[in-house]
Amino acid sequence: MNTVSTVHVATLAAPRPPLPGYDPGIWRAGTAGWVHSWDTSVGVDGPGCRFVVFTAGCPLRCQYCENPDTWTSLGGQVTQIEDVLERVRRFRPALVASGGGVTISGGEPLVQPAFTARFLAGAREMGLHTALDTSGALGHLATDQLLEDTSLVLLDIKSFDPQTYKVTTGKELAPTLRFARRLADLGKPVHVRFVLVPGLTDAPENIDGLADFVAGLGNVERVDVLAYHRLGVSKYEQLGLRYRLAGTPPPTRGQLEDARRRFSSRGLVVS
Amino acid sequence: METLQTIEQAAWRGFAGRQWQDHIDVSAFLKANVTPYSGDESFLAGATPRTEAIQQQISDLAKVERERGILDADTKIVSGITSHAPGYIDKDAELIVGLQTDAPLKRAIMPRGGLRMVENGLRAYGYELDPTVKEIFTKYRKTHNEGVFDAYTPQILAARKAAIITGLPDAYGRGRIIGDYRRVALYGVAALIEAKQREKAGLAQAGTGEDVIRDREELSEQIRALRELLEMAAGYGYDLSRPARTAQEAIQWLYLAYLAATKEQNGAAMSFGRTSSFIDIYLQRDLAEGTLTESQAQELVDDLVIKLRIIRFLRTPEYDALFSGDPTWVTESIGGIADDGKILVTRTSFRFLQTLYNLGPAPEPNLTVLWSPQLPEAFKRFCSQVSIDTSAIQFENDELLRPVCGDDAAIACCVSGATVGKAMQFFGARANLAKALLYAINGGRDEVSGVQVGPQVAPVEGEVLDFDDVMRRYDAMLDWLAETYVDALNVIHYMHDKYAYERVQMALHDYPVRRTMACGIAGLSVAADSLSAIKNGVVRPVRDETGLIVDYTVEGEFPSYGNGDDSVDEIAAGLVHRFMEKLRARKTYRNAEITQSVLTITSNVVYGKATGNTPDGRRAGEPFAPGANPMNGRDKHGILASALSVAKIDFNDARDGISLTSTTVPDALGRTRDDRITSLVGVLDAYMVAGGFHMNVNVLERRTLLDAMAHPEDYPNLTIRVSGYAVNFVRLTREQQMDVINRTFHGDPL
Repeated sequence: MNTVSTVHVATLAAPRPPLPGYDPGIWRAGTAGWVHSWDTSVGVDGPGCRFVVFTAGCPLRCQYCENPDTWTSLGGQVTQIEDVLERVRRFRPALVASGGGVTISGGEPLVQPAFTARFLAGAREMGLHTALDTSGALGHLATDQLLEDTSLVLLDIKSFDPQTYKVTTGKELAPTLRFARRLADLGKPVHVRFVLVPGLTDAPENIDGLADFVAGLGNVERVDVLAYHRLGVSKYEQLGLRYRLAGTPPPTRGQLEDARRRFSSRGLVVS
Repeated sequence: METLQTIEQAAWRGFAGRQWQDHIDVSAFLKANVTPYSGDESFLAGATPRTEAIQQQISDLAKVERERGILDADTKIVSGITSHAPGYIDKDAELIVGLQTDAPLKRAIMPRGGLRMVENGLRAYGYELDPTVKEIFTKYRKTHNEGVFDAYTPQILAARKAAIITGLPDAYGRGRIIGDYRRVALYGVAALIEAKQREKAGLAQAGTGEDVIRDREELSEQIRALRELLEMAAGYGYDLSRPARTAQEAIQWLYLAYLAATKEQNGAAMSFGRTSSFIDIYLQRDLAEGTLTESQAQELVDDLVIKLRIIRFLRTPEYDALFSGDPTWVTESIGGIADDGKILVTRTSFRFLQTLYNLGPAPEPNLTVLWSPQLPEAFKRFCSQVSIDTSAIQFENDELLRPVCGDDAAIACCVSGATVGKAMQFFGARANLAKALLYAINGGRDEVSGVQVGPQVAPVEGEVLDFDDVMRRYDAMLDWLAETYVDALNVIHYMHDKYAYERVQMALHDYPVRRTMACGIAGLSVAADSLSAIKNGVVRPVRDETGLIVDYTVEGEFPSYGNGDDSVDEIAAGLVHRFMEKLRARKTYRNAEITQSVLTITSNVVYGKATGNTPDGRRAGEPFAPGANPMNGRDKHGILASALSVAKIDFNDARDGISLTSTTVPDALGRTRDDRITSLVGVLDAYMVAGGFHMNVNVLERRTLLDAMAHPEDYPNLTIRVSGYAVNFVRLTREQQMDVINRTFHGDPL
């Protein structure tokens, strides 16, 4: 992997993992990463058939998260980048034939920027389309080179109202918006994802604000408005975690359509 | 009086090419005249009120049939090409006519395959076989079934009884033969009789060896059958001696030829061939001449498909339970590419698929798309859409099929390719590779009954299974299995040729015909995962008081087939290769070329039922995965990873086909309909580029199936793909329904 031998992982002089539980040496080098699992998918993680790597660890604690088992480094196993890329290589002809590629997701891949950078660069070197699935909360850890090796960013903006964002995720909204603007400045193709949770993220002004912001970026190819669902609940029980949305129903078809209309009326492609 | 030349000139007006005019060569005709279509589906027409009215009549009859088991049966007249008076659904409204008996859905008896099947089939539904027929077929006329059991060896009988070899076509018609029904439309029967007479005359100097005598007799029977076809058609008011002049005639001719086959043979699979683009040439000519509109063209196709949907055979409830409902495998192969690169997709390829909208989804005819990434994008998208909407079509890899069977190949049954009119196959059901592994461990004793079925050797000793030791034993047991299996098939096909010869279907083949003997295997994923457990984990046999190993304890992790892990995927592919080598070493009846399939139809359920605990942790009696599928629920890395593991099986080791049935929830293909259509095209392209052969796709929610089990009346047309064909979900047994529900649903978090 000599093409990524000079990976700049952060602007700090002595970069440290943003979350506990990561060996700093491994973390800085990125020759291995804390990987939760891999999967193949189609149609939902970027175009065509995708090889998807799920990394372990995330700074957010979204109330509706369906993968609480990926919140910390303990949710993954240290896996060599070469092993991951070797697996990708075996799928390569099929991925190419379907017009697909790879997606790195999580958890939050930018918790491990060096590993993520190596993965994206390695896949790009194989001629594959690359997608980064991120909340943007750690967008400042993505180097320009990492973004250069990324064909598409799947940006999950949990909310536009800062207070709602904080309640939903436990963190600040601002870094995500900064990352979104940086992607716009780079002209990087972006798909925005927004999860509609009744009583949490569904305030009209919250949605309108997000729609205005997204429409103003100019690089957003589509917006996916997803319905909150409760499929992750059993994982909370297994992990002994409290599920805070226990009483929340999924949105109705009407609520979803209304939210989608708020995006599409601003000229955005919505699904 | 018209001369032959003027008759042909009228029928062949505007057709290009000479080669096909000089001798029988439908493939050359097709390539010289086909108009490839690369546009989309927007030209298609919906169902007309006429079509809807006929469809309604059939739906009403089918409802009664579902309630009673069968609608009606003829207990007296032995079915043959000319046995019954013409039958109609609605004589004045039908555009394409012809029924197997004198009334729709009324089943005929065909005792030549086996009398017991007929008697039991009738009795199950409250009918009694006419005593005269019974007398004739016990006293005066032997059946295929009797002949087979006269010649079976004790070894074959024991293997059959233990269900290590099952599904053998020894009590009913073998099927899987596709007559080239198009010949009747293109040339007329008179010309076909002449050609057969020439073939027979060619044998006049060939001596009187047993094989030559048999060939001469068979050719005489073929000519006789063609004459009967003329007589049957005359009853419907059609003169099939001459070639068809219009699209309506072409479809009618073709259908009557097929109908003759279904009146003569209760074959396990009675496939239709590759007709849509052939029919297209006639439809486009009529459209160009202004004698047909698009709506009328679609009506003709719809009417043909209605007929194909009501093909029925009298079978026993046990047979239906084995095969899930009442399948006939009227397989029609659509699409593909010619050797010279010409696309064989036509407007009529679309029209055939459109019948699933115009008439609603249904399992038959078994519409099979010969897929290539090189096919026009609009056609690929339409196929994908139809598959997502109906779960009623299947896909086979034209890029693998064409080099082996040529560019005029069709699928017989589910996945078995054959060159139309030039090759036939001896259908061979399948051997149980998972059970064979247990025999290897138990020294040839059956793990369920304890009976010594396989060759007697000392069973495995010691506390832990050793991979190399087990593989040595397995290899020897597979030798025995291949030998016993091919011996059985030789007996079966010798007797079938002798007592239940497919006269009219073989009349629509060239002489001499190429024969393959289509062996098959079941339990591949169970065997592969079991070997993976033995290799990677610690597997301890559990013995009963007689020393028989009846269970296994497994410690440690082991990779499962279907997750992109080479170490176990290669065990699966290696087993297929190993068994193929063993089969190839056997001598076959009529020197048929041995092939094999990895296909179980739905007998994965009964095979599982007959097989004890396996070292992969599967419990005794639990279903196997269907076909070449990874074991239910063990493929955990998505539809593509699962499919690509299956694609590692070399097609050259299983040229009779490798079947994969994938089920996915709609959301796992994308968030919008358009995304899902794109996604499925991508999956199919990816799988086939990787060397995958066949894929069934179900796009369903598990809860839909559960609801259909609870409220079958709400889902009369719910069609799902199983293994190589589609079934009506509510007609499955409860056990089979649960099997389908317990399969892997990609994208389903449960």
